[in-house]
Amino acid sequence: MTINAPGYLSPLTKEQSESWFRYLMSWFYSGDAKRIGIMYIIFSAFAGFIGMALSIMIRAELATPGLDLMSEEFYMTLPGMHASAMIFFFVIPCYAGFANLILPLQVGAPDMAFPKLNLTAFWILPFAGILAFSGYFLSNAPQFGWTGYPPLSNSVYSPQLGADLWLLAIALVGTSSTMGSVNFLATAFNMRCKGMKIFQLPLFTWSIIVMSFLVLVSTPVLTSAVLMVSLERLFPATFYFFSPQGGGDPILYQHLFWFYSHPAVYIMILPGFGLVNEIIPVFSRKPIFGYKVMVYSMLAISILGFVVWAHHMFTVGIGLNARKIFMFLTMLIAIPTGIKIFSWLATIWGGSLSFKTPFLFSLGFIAMFTIGGLSGVVLAATPVDIQLHDTYYVVGHIHYVLVAGSVMTIFAGVYYYFPKAFGMMLNERLGQIHFWGTTIFINVTFFVQHYLGVKGMPRRYADYDPEFAFLNAVSSYGSFFLAAFQIVFFVNIFYSMKNEKRVGKNPWVDGNTLEWTVDSPPDHHQFHEPPVWTPIERHHGPHSPSAAE
Amino acid sequence: MSIAIGPGEESLGVDNGKLGMWTFLVMDAMTFAGFLAGYARLRWKAPLDGMGQASELVNTVGSTVWPNPYTTFGVIGIQLTAFNTFILICSSVTMVHVLSDVAAGRIKRAEKWCLATMIGGLFFLGIQGYEWTHLMQVWGFFSENAAALPYNQNFVATFLSLTGFHGAHVAVGVMFNTILYLGLRNGKVGKEQYTFVEIAGLYWHFVDLVWILVFTFVYLL
Ligand SMILES: [Cu+2]
Repeated sequence: MTINAPGYLSPLTKEQSESWFRYLMSWFYSGDAKRIGIMYIIFSAFAGFIGMALSIMIRAELATPGLDLMSEEFYMTLPGMHASAMIFFFVIPCYAGFANLILPLQVGAPDMAFPKLNLTAFWILPFAGILAFSGYFLSNAPQFGWTGYPPLSNSVYSPQLGADLWLLAIALVGTSSTMGSVNFLATAFNMRCKGMKIFQLPLFTWSIIVMSFLVLVSTPVLTSAVLMVSLERLFPATFYFFSPQGGGDPILYQHLFWFYSHPAVYIMILPGFGLVNEIIPVFSRKPIFGYKVMVYSMLAISILGFVVWAHHMFTVGIGLNARKIFMFLTMLIAIPTGIKIFSWLATIWGGSLSFKTPFLFSLGFIAMFTIGGLSGVVLAATPVDIQLHDTYYVVGHIHYVLVAGSVMTIFAGVYYYFPKAFGMMLNERLGQIHFWGTTIFINVTFFVQHYLGVKGMPRRYADYDPEFAFLNAVSSYGSFFLAAFQIVFFVNIFYSMKNEKRVGKNPWVDGNTLEWTVDSPPDHHQFHEPPVWTPIERHHGPHSPSAAE
Repeated sequence: MSIAIGPGEESLGVDNGKLGMWTFLVMDAMTFAGFLAGYARLRWKAPLDGMGQASELVNTVGSTVWPNPYTTFGVIGIQLTAFNTFILICSSVTMVHVLSDVAAGRIKRAEKWCLATMIGGLFFLGIQGYEWTHLMQVWGFFSENAAALPYNQNFVATFLSLTGFHGAHVAVGVMFNTILYLGLRNGKVGKEQYTFVEIAGLYWHFVDLVWILVFTFVYLL
């Protein structure tokens, strides 16, 4: 019989066990999705810290023109390793963590469908992380960026052992996230409680379903491309897939790579949409506007996401008609995304708003993600893209999508679900300081990069024309402050864990999904008796559920 | 307190494991799709006879002629592989018998059919191993002079990666079937574990199906 001890899900307390070793093992071998989810999130926080450190090195080098801090060889490793840390080890695992923590609760299941597979999927990640970054300790880290385009990434131009290990790590990460997706899909489709019909599922669960579908279909294609590059590197005389010396086709790699990496953008944002979908109705005290349309627009985004990959390749010489089609399809994605944005606004409209930290982060996300979405439409236009390709404009765009988008939703999710996971609130004042610091300095850091790109500053170089000095300095100092404000977040976590402000089942009062009907933190297998979901009549309009009752 | 992890009140009406296997197969199919897309692109990007490829690049790797396994591989060419394909299809048929016998509770017979399935898989791997070693001798794959082959290098790469990746799947399938066989023998798999047998069967049929595709692409077309 598991005891519902308050510290059950808190990694900082060991209330259930006599020794630290046993306590750690009870986490490391746990099949409980919630514990695995928290391990995911802690791991991704470490990876995010490493990725942030790498990005600070980039911005420090670029703060002034000229090479002042590091060699060009070392600088060349930074953009790729920063991107792989953030994409493969921070954002994607972090969302997997939220999904583990919340999805079984939301569908009313006692656990994930395959707990052991779940644990395996998690434990692959730390090993893959060590492999990916061991380049810094062994010989040299790969210098070909996170895209790993051959022939630059083949054994002739990148002979580093670190590059082989990095490729292996990417294949492992892909395996881990597909294992996670198999689990999420089986749980969401097959383990729903009574009354939880498909179109009753909470939108966060829906977003994980769509994300898992994307992972399942796109990630293996990246794995195949990475395996081909590895074969080419390991047996250079026998395998020629991409290298022109052997009659291979470098563009083939780009097709395979972007067939994964465009959907990967949605893998990194759809769960964020899901979190925001949960948060906005609760703090607006109104049901979500257009539930079904939200689901359909996510499905539309995911399906369109598979037929737009060549918009990353407008300058490699593919045919004009192909480019026109990819341009058109890419711009089409703005429609379902716009539907989501306006549905969120319509949910907020006329609501009785409560500006708590999770809601602030969601609002910041909507505002800034829209900028990232719009610069994406700009980049989708083929003629404009030819001009802006490989400039800082692209860097600005992707950071508005991933930092102002994904990272903001991650923070929103952490502030929102922290009380559920650990049974205590995060400090509201520190949260607000963290929010304002983060939001302001995201804009200081990344907005100027659009100008740098339009003026013609290329990506990925350690040095630049002194003409760009001022805007680069702005961006660099902005990034230092942005990093500094993240300290507030960690202070908040430790401060709040010390001054335990205990909460009940539904700390945000208006939470009406199943995770708010169990204890905070929930114990193992969460529901004491099989839950029953009372179907929600989905409708719109300016009335609040709490006022109606 | 132990809670059985299984389908909830609302479900798709199948076992969790079966749903998991289906989703896994979607993912696996996409991996093969990646390799097959690479094959298609490399094979059809240029005229097969090397016309229009008269650059120095081509000369450094020999001719760009895409070899036809039917003629090039000689005696071990399409005849042997067609036979091998037949063996693999037969092992799919025996797998169907395993399933129907388990469903009917005839465990002893299921055990024999399962053994036949395993042998079919092993036989397939043996013939493929023979083909690989033969080609390694003739063509010098994996050696330094592989680059001097009179064939299109892309054929070598795609042939080895496709058949190798599929072979790895067959090997996993044989292990899966061995577990099933031992389970049947020790009485751990009976009529109640019907879904487990079904899942093993799904995987095995999938591996067969992929081979039909690989065979069509690499040997027939
Ligand atoms: Cu894209």
